[in-house]
Amino acid sequence: MTDTPLILTGRMTEHRDDSHRLETYEASGGYVALRAAFGMEPADVAAIVKASNIRGRGGAGFPTGVKWGFLPAQTRPRYLVINGDESEPGTFKDRQLLERDPHQLVEGIVLSSYALDVHHAIVYIRGEYPKAARRVQRAIDEAYDKGYLGTNILGSGFDLDVTVHLGAGAYICGEETALLNSLEGRRGEPRIKPPFPAVAGLYAKPTIVNNVETISNVPWMVLNGGDAYATIGPETSAGTRLFSLSGHVVRPGNYEIVMGMTWRELFYELGGGIPDGRDIKCWIPGGASAPWFVPEEHIDIPVTIDDTGRHGSMLGSGAVVVMDETTNVVAAAHRIVKFFAHESCGQCTPCREGTTWLERMLWRILHGEGRPLDLDMLLDVCDNISPGLRWPPAQTTICPLGPSAVSPIRSIMTHFRDEVEAMIPGLRPAPDREGADVG
Amino acid sequence: MADRNEVTSVAITIDGVEQRVATGELLIKAAEETGTYIPRFCWHPRMKPVGMCRMCLVEVETPRGKLLTTSCTIPVNEGMVVDTKSEVVTKAQEGILEFLLINHPLDCPVCDRGGECPLQDQTMAYGPGESRFVEAKRHFEKPIAISDLVLLDRERCILCARCTRFSDEISGDPLIEFKERGGTTQVLNFPDEPFASYFSGNTVEICPVGALTAKPYRFRARPWDLEAVESVSLVDSVHSKVSVQSSQNEVVRINGVDNDPTNQGWLSDKDRFIFEYLHSPERLTTPLIRVGDEFVATSWGEALDLASERLGSFHGAEVAGLGGANGTNEEAYAFGKFLRTCVVTPHIDAQMGDGLAADLVAGLTPRAEIDDLERAATILLWAGDLKEELPVLYLRVRRAAAELGAALIVVHPRWTGLHDVATHTVGYRPGDGPDLLRKLRAGDGALAEVCASLDNGPVVAIIGRTGAGEDPRLAEAVAAFARELPDARILPAVRRANVVGALDMGLAPSLLPGRVSVASDEGRTALEEAWGPLPEGSGRDATGILEGLRDGDLRALVLYGADPLRDHPKPALAAAALDNAEFVVALDLFLTDSSRKADVVFPVEAFSETEGTVTNLEGRVQKVNRLLAGPGQTRQAWSVLDELAGRMGANLGATTAEALMKEICELAPAYGGLTWDVLDWGEGRQGVVVPAADGAQPLQYVPVDTGLPSGAAKYALHSGRVLYDDGVRTRMAPSLASLAPEAFVAMHPRDAGALAVAEHDVVRVATDGAAVDLPLRLDVSLTQGTVYVPANLAATAPLGGPASVTVSALREESGE
Repeated sequence: MTDTPLILTGRMTEHRDDSHRLETYEASGGYVALRAAFGMEPADVAAIVKASNIRGRGGAGFPTGVKWGFLPAQTRPRYLVINGDESEPGTFKDRQLLERDPHQLVEGIVLSSYALDVHHAIVYIRGEYPKAARRVQRAIDEAYDKGYLGTNILGSGFDLDVTVHLGAGAYICGEETALLNSLEGRRGEPRIKPPFPAVAGLYAKPTIVNNVETISNVPWMVLNGGDAYATIGPETSAGTRLFSLSGHVVRPGNYEIVMGMTWRELFYELGGGIPDGRDIKCWIPGGASAPWFVPEEHIDIPVTIDDTGRHGSMLGSGAVVVMDETTNVVAAAHRIVKFFAHESCGQCTPCREGTTWLERMLWRILHGEGRPLDLDMLLDVCDNISPGLRWPPAQTTICPLGPSAVSPIRSIMTHFRDEVEAMIPGLRPAPDREGADVG
Repeated sequence: MADRNEVTSVAITIDGVEQRVATGELLIKAAEETGTYIPRFCWHPRMKPVGMCRMCLVEVETPRGKLLTTSCTIPVNEGMVVDTKSEVVTKAQEGILEFLLINHPLDCPVCDRGGECPLQDQTMAYGPGESRFVEAKRHFEKPIAISDLVLLDRERCILCARCTRFSDEISGDPLIEFKERGGTTQVLNFPDEPFASYFSGNTVEICPVGALTAKPYRFRARPWDLEAVESVSLVDSVHSKVSVQSSQNEVVRINGVDNDPTNQGWLSDKDRFIFEYLHSPERLTTPLIRVGDEFVATSWGEALDLASERLGSFHGAEVAGLGGANGTNEEAYAFGKFLRTCVVTPHIDAQMGDGLAADLVAGLTPRAEIDDLERAATILLWAGDLKEELPVLYLRVRRAAAELGAALIVVHPRWTGLHDVATHTVGYRPGDGPDLLRKLRAGDGALAEVCASLDNGPVVAIIGRTGAGEDPRLAEAVAAFARELPDARILPAVRRANVVGALDMGLAPSLLPGRVSVASDEGRTALEEAWGPLPEGSGRDATGILEGLRDGDLRALVLYGADPLRDHPKPALAAAALDNAEFVVALDLFLTDSSRKADVVFPVEAFSETEGTVTNLEGRVQKVNRLLAGPGQTRQAWSVLDELAGRMGANLGATTAEALMKEICELAPAYGGLTWDVLDWGEGRQGVVVPAADGAQPLQYVPVDTGLPSGAAKYALHSGRVLYDDGVRTRMAPSLASLAPEAFVAMHPRDAGALAVAEHDVVRVATDGAAVDLPLRLDVSLTQGTVYVPANLAATAPLGGPASVTVSALREESGE
């Protein structure tokens, strides 16, 4: 894995203590891309990003260049909003980028804004990341001082203001339209789409919402060319990508990798294997919303956006949570469903009522109060949130939060139905699994 | 402005049947209009869709297959193929209902909504047979009073956000909001801030469950017990369409009915809850005659004999009549005919010196309809505070400005309820109106932007008196100015419920029935052919009548639903007049301050007890219907007048209200061709707008300077109405009576500084005859030199509506 180019984390790897400082950033190639970009037309910069084939790193994996192309040609002002709400359980990659290389993000913002003819960009950072917010604010202040932000940036005639906005502790504000509502001072509730933000976003103006990681790649692209980026990794999963590896692995943490390695390689070569040599029972490949993978079926699948999708899950925000053989999967599923029930914004019926109901059913099962009929009922209630229980999910809800709560239940009912049944009094004897511990 | 009338259509397929529907219409509405009802809770045709309840899910074919989507959020487009009854849709809808029911208490037998509950109905039609939910239901403290009128049961609430959206989008007072999130989401008011909206009752009406209930109706009746008639509200001159509902011979509820041209379904809380006065124990139920200082109940025969004998003993021109603006056209017509042909007096006025000139109201052309607001590019509002005086018209103007993009120009001495949606707010000191109008006409520098807006038609001008102290001639000058604006139409902002109808029936010294001037020889001759000889000349208006009584030129007075002591801007004059009158007869619902001074009082029937027609401020004639008999021995007012006339040797020919209507339609030119049949309510019926008198009363652009008050502590008085005033009907409706605001006086902080008084200090506001002590509020929207006092509250009534007052600080004198 030594040939992996460290596009995003190179600086923080090399300058462990001061990668967030402006001097370090400038001394290691920072703001060079910006000077280069001002020698180009904005459309050329946009073309670089388009050519890179980068797919959004926030979760949905939508091609960034295509998204940028949705902006209506005439309407102004336009806004660029950087989504740093990072609240998917198990995801902690943006935090590292925000805290340890904020200037890389700021430069990415200026480049993207120049490409998009945006003059006000907003960085929305989750409220639980005070250090990240401080570092980004400081980087922005420094950039203003040095003329990388503000009016007539580096004499180019281009103006840009960047504002930091802190979230108030709601997972749903990571959903881009809920994030926009939150920015506008409204309740953090997803909007009905269409219109999509690119057409009517912040203050009903055309708005591009991009993830922190996505935009942090832009300086490298401008320096090295979009095509160079596109050639890294598989064709439809171009570039390097940060994965937040956690759970039952020896070396949890953020890893910047070229997509295409197998899960086995990720867990055993990068992650150092499973503690005490235990077996993997299952893992969440892309955040709490993603259906789980099991070793029997998935361990040698390449880690790419498309391969993961083909096998019924997603890479999502790059949060990989490994569960070993000692895990009580019902307890794990309950914990995740409880999270979604707690984070449901409450505006639409199936999510508000359904996630709460699912959580309470799982709680009952977990505490020995399940009934045989609860098993099919659990799936049927899931079906009323996500009809057909298929992937990618259909939904009776406004946004994907409701179906997200369905994923862990579908996962345990598909792969571990015997374990769930074993918790229902009188249904069947406990399966012969070691260490399964009721949580 | 794009032509909103342009309608194109597209072809869509609903459940296998091709339909043509209007382009851009929401699918849920297009389906309903072509006969396919899609169940829904949160969607309301008068509010923006939010797609929250998810009940209206349907399947729409897309290039990527069938997509489950909410039909309330997608507009139709050509070739759309929709399945509203597929297995997937049916299962989803059943699922939604199950979700809605898991936490909903099944207390239907004691719920006000039971029997007319959309959740009940749709559960029957689309829901699962039984619940699979075995966990404990969600519990909240309940019910909680979120205002004096509305109670909230959060357990019943299905969180459709109709109430919160109404308050935000429609009424503009977002005092209720969603709180918390997920399974504990709840609707609530803000801490220490009650849901004190003039429109709160609408949220109760549109609540799809029994979560919001109205105090006056709670536990009063079951829907299947109710008897109902369609009618219009007679609280003000908008005439909102209502359903009046009774149980066990009492009106228990008034609901709004969606009527495109007037109220679009909404009502003010005054429209909705004032019915309580109908059943007040204070209602007059028997004729009264004065014996010394006391009233004695008597028989109709005795009272009628006494009244007719005494009235007959005066010369006709010594008698005057006041009132008639709160009843039906038929009653007003009978009152006018009684005074002009039986008493033979020309002194007659339905207004109390607080309205607009009768000729102006009758002759206003080109007259706007309320619905013209939907198409207006610019709205000029130079009138009272609509939120306080004509709340439903306020909603329509608000919608035009906030939703439809009309430029709204509000000219008023202080900020009004429309301040937040106004494009331009122009303040002035009462008395400076003529000067301001001259500047507006000249396109003066500071007003250049306003004038530019006014040049953008179509313009709807809503014109009235901003306060009781303002010279009524100003409104005429404003109207004359406004009619010159491009594509302008004018709506007179008159307040009293049927004042336009009363004037149309000739209840003004200068008017004969049908908007005919008493000076018109042709009009007189035509009327005399039917009525016999009319009294000579033009009579006195309300102020003239009161002065005549005070000075002894007039000797007797007939009051019909009039309370000049409370309503005339000069209460001292009214008091002197009533004290000096030799004989006063009153037809009334209650003993008011004025009818208490009468010699004979006849109890008459009220709203919902009489049938007839009424005419609103746009000239729309609509029908009010009878649901109940009045209490005790109350009688129809026209029948009382007919009996009196008979005893005085005349014949009004008033055998029934419908017969009176026929006579009106024969004699009053503007009402020709109308019949009760044409006006009866039914599918698509909206009443009939009678044509304006065509240029019969040319408006005069003559801004008359009235002079500003001078002197050290003299202030121009802005005496504006408030919705819950101390009027007798409000006072007799317990739910509303308590809502009357505390009286106060407002002035600009610099004026307060000059007097060395601060907010909440009590100051003395005085006019020639009266002084009241009121707490002070600071109001930066007032022009310096102006004070605002809410009119007709118990504490402010003695002031009346003079042009100016003095204000002085009350100092605690030590050693006194």
